[in-house]
Amino acid sequence: MNERQVESVKSGDPIIAIHGMHKWYGDFHVLSDINLEVQPREKIVICGPSGSGKSTLIRCINRLEEHQRGQIIVNGTELTNDIKNIEKVRAEVGMVFQHFNLFPHLTILENLTLGPIWVRKKPKKEAEETAMMYLEKVNIAEQAKKFPGQLSGGQQQRVAIARSLCMYPEVMLFDEPTSALDPEMIKEVLDVMIGLAEEGMTMLVVTHEMGFAKSVADRVMFMDDGEIVEQNRPDLFFDNPQHERTKLFLSQIL
Amino acid sequence: MNEPAAVRREQLKPPVVDIGVIGWFHKNLFNTWYNSILTVCMVVVLGILVPPLFKWAFVDSVWYSSAAACHDIDGACWSVIPHNIRFIIFGFFPEGQEWRPALAMFLLLALVIYSRKRNRWQGSLGWLWAVSLTVMGVLMYGGIFGMPVVETSQWSGLPLTLMLSFFGMVAAYPLGIMLAIGRRSRLPAIKSLCIVYIEMIRGVPLISLLFMSSIMFPLFLPEGITINKVLRAQVAIILFTAAYIAEVVRGGLQAMPRGQYEAAESLGLTYNQTLRLIILPQALKIVIPPTVGILLSAFKDTSLVVIIALYDVLKTTKVTLSNPKWTGCSTEAYIFLALLYFVFCYAMSSYSRRLEKELDTSY
Repeated sequence: MNERQVESVKSGDPIIAIHGMHKWYGDFHVLSDINLEVQPREKIVICGPSGSGKSTLIRCINRLEEHQRGQIIVNGTELTNDIKNIEKVRAEVGMVFQHFNLFPHLTILENLTLGPIWVRKKPKKEAEETAMMYLEKVNIAEQAKKFPGQLSGGQQQRVAIARSLCMYPEVMLFDEPTSALDPEMIKEVLDVMIGLAEEGMTMLVVTHEMGFAKSVADRVMFMDDGEIVEQNRPDLFFDNPQHERTKLFLSQIL
Repeated sequence: MNEPAAVRREQLKPPVVDIGVIGWFHKNLFNTWYNSILTVCMVVVLGILVPPLFKWAFVDSVWYSSAAACHDIDGACWSVIPHNIRFIIFGFFPEGQEWRPALAMFLLLALVIYSRKRNRWQGSLGWLWAVSLTVMGVLMYGGIFGMPVVETSQWSGLPLTLMLSFFGMVAAYPLGIMLAIGRRSRLPAIKSLCIVYIEMIRGVPLISLLFMSSIMFPLFLPEGITINKVLRAQVAIILFTAAYIAEVVRGGLQAMPRGQYEAAESLGLTYNQTLRLIILPQALKIVIPPTVGILLSAFKDTSLVVIIALYDVLKTTKVTLSNPKWTGCSTEAYIFLALLYFVFCYAMSSYSRRLEKELDTSY
């Protein structure tokens, strides 16, 4: 980690702290010695070639994947096999998936109120008001009564973001949120994410959208072969990459 | 701007052979040379078969004559049904008390029909069912309000068929769902228990299960304790049907993408909530067609209880036909019975299709 990074990180307690974390799929060492601290309001973009473990890393943060060694602490709660802790962390951490994963049998509004009603135990009316507020925020309020199958990919992904926001998450994880979208729909999703970043949401974003990384990220992380190879402020990361692997990767995608 | 072109486009009509009656005939009956041949052949076959059948069933037939009169005619002797309808429907239920099973059946069917709309599936409907089922039980068994007791050994005919099928389906469905979930459990004990149960039951014919429940099972009970024969048959039907439901539901569960579990879990829903709110509603919807297939089989398979000497509606019909007066009328009686089964099965199957359409949210 370079000097600047340490400076920007040292203020306050991290909201996510990962120490010496390893993960294997069978014999395959998918994540190796991951150390990462994320400060509140920090926006981190994670990039790297496919199979480098970047999705697995953020999926470990809400325990969609189990890690085998090391420590992951999210907002003061350590992730262990204790299902109560896991459910607590999941309620505080929003997740947006590549393929949206909306619930096709529920209306858009029901998709949004499900978590607040069943996990947060909010009254239905209050949950619906919150849901409508966030639907308006992602410019999709008029679709509330429709089913996910009736919406375009970009609209579905915005609903998915709103669904996470309804839980008032402390952290939002984005797992390649625009990779499954047609080109003309990428911008509408990125705009919502930029708005969210401006409001100070803590975000970890796995993406290939380097424009987004440059304009929004506080820190860009490059992963390869299950390791964090390099991380830096976006201007330094893109203009002056330190490692050969980073240079190679950037030369391929830019 | 482009006015002439627009007018011209509106004036264009589809070719005559594609629309209207001619279009329909062309598209469905004569669209290729071999379909045309098939159509002509079918018309010829129907022309040979239908008129004599119609003549037998409706022209030469008798409907209310005595048994003796039936011997002198060429057509169908439908008289066998009105003459024996009491026994076919109610079997050995005591004379003069037929209104009780009749009312019970009416109540059951009325409730089933009332419950068909999904917006009525609320807590109050559950209570209505609980009360009605109790009333049905009282009506059938009696013993209070001056109604003489009718032992279950006298329950027979259509009420018995409907009871065995209804409770068979209603109890087997949730049991089957639980077995399917259990079979996918991470806990080895539960998983293997469910697998053993499902595979054992599916490896055995229903008839042998019924035999076991009626002959072998009592041998294991202590002296003096007997469990009602109808109940034992009912349990056998439930256990049998549940195993088949379980496998169908498991198929539905396997069709659910992992993303649905992950999305639900990442909201913080518990495993039970995820199953109940996200996975089962979708999985059960996917498997409506095969589930209904199993429920229809279960309905018709209740006629197998005849082998443990329960008199369901098929058996009461056979008893009627064993009367020498009516032995010649078996075709007519069985056609009547087939129609009776068909009405129930067709209602179930068309309801399931409607439900499928209602629950379809993919556009």
